[in-house]
Amino acid sequence: MHELSIAMSIVDLVQDEAHSLGGVHVGAVHLKLGKLSGVVKEALLSSYEMACFQTPLEGSQLKIEEIPVRVNCSNCHAVRPVASLQWMCCSECGTPSADIAEGRELMVTALEILE
Amino acid sequence: MNARPRLVEVRENVLKQNDVVARALRQRFNDEEVFVVSLVSSPGSGKTAFLEKVLSSLRPRCRVAALVGDLATDNDAARLARSQAPVRQITTGTLCHLEAAMVQNALEGWDVGLLDFLFIENVGNLVCPSSYDLGENLRLVLISVTEGEDKPLKYPTIFNTADVAVVTKLDLAAATEFDLEAVNRNIHAVRPGMEIFHVSSKTGEGMTEFLGFLRSRQAELRASKLQPELGSLSSSA
Repeated sequence: MHELSIAMSIVDLVQDEAHSLGGVHVGAVHLKLGKLSGVVKEALLSSYEMACFQTPLEGSQLKIEEIPVRVNCSNCHAVRPVASLQWMCCSECGTPSADIAEGRELMVTALEILE
Repeated sequence: MNARPRLVEVRENVLKQNDVVARALRQRFNDEEVFVVSLVSSPGSGKTAFLEKVLSSLRPRCRVAALVGDLATDNDAARLARSQAPVRQITTGTLCHLEAAMVQNALEGWDVGLLDFLFIENVGNLVCPSSYDLGENLRLVLISVTEGEDKPLKYPTIFNTADVAVVTKLDLAAATEFDLEAVNRNIHAVRPGMEIFHVSSKTGEGMTEFLGFLRSRQAELRASKLQPELGSLSSSA
């Protein structure tokens, strides 16, 4: 369970960003969360609420977009979704691939500013 | 108050602070020509016993040292120190993983340029360490034969952030009726093509192969340094 320290990093990062935008009031934070990021969405949501407590972000929302795992398929020569995390192969042709193109994201992508 | 908030685009990695420190560490290790290996596994899968064996096997010919992460005790550091290699403890308190800054702090005052190999034993945990780059060249994930063949299927993320899998406690495989074929199959299902070693830290079985692999990876890295036009070091994911 390291979601609380991840949530605190998000709060720090967003506060820095809000400060550099001239001290704006952030209503929501958009986050991309890869299925292979090692972070669990539900745990992160509840940790975020705790991490925001008594900060300017208290009451703000964390909007998480979960990113499925996609790999470079050497047979299809394309980026394809995997069959599952337990079966890392191209969902189209079944070729195994460890060449992960998407799914590791843990990134703040946008802020909703209240004016 | 406006009904519609203004959307400002940001593209910031949440772990960028850790990544910045990890990148600096990797650069330093590269400049100083020290090959850095980290170990992750669940508690009790034999990281310390394995590392003890690796340190004492390498020591006659190579200069080695270890950092060892633990929640509360320095028992593991004391065990590793028996190999005569320099060992430093990182006590994490309640933190369930090592971060790059902890490695950086633990190295303070150490001349890593005098080393051939540095090992970093992470806290026993198959979940949290997967998110944190420590600047290592190679990450090993260990799984012991007492844990069950399906562990890779339960923890696919850690197998996808490690470079090599090491199946430990091979001497107990018969007693636990452990199916080596099945564990190999499961590792390759979650991480196709992953290099796998089967070892017993107790009997030494499989250690020659593993140590040979380690030395060849170190030699490859040194050779790539002599040819900088081939590109910079590839970072572990």
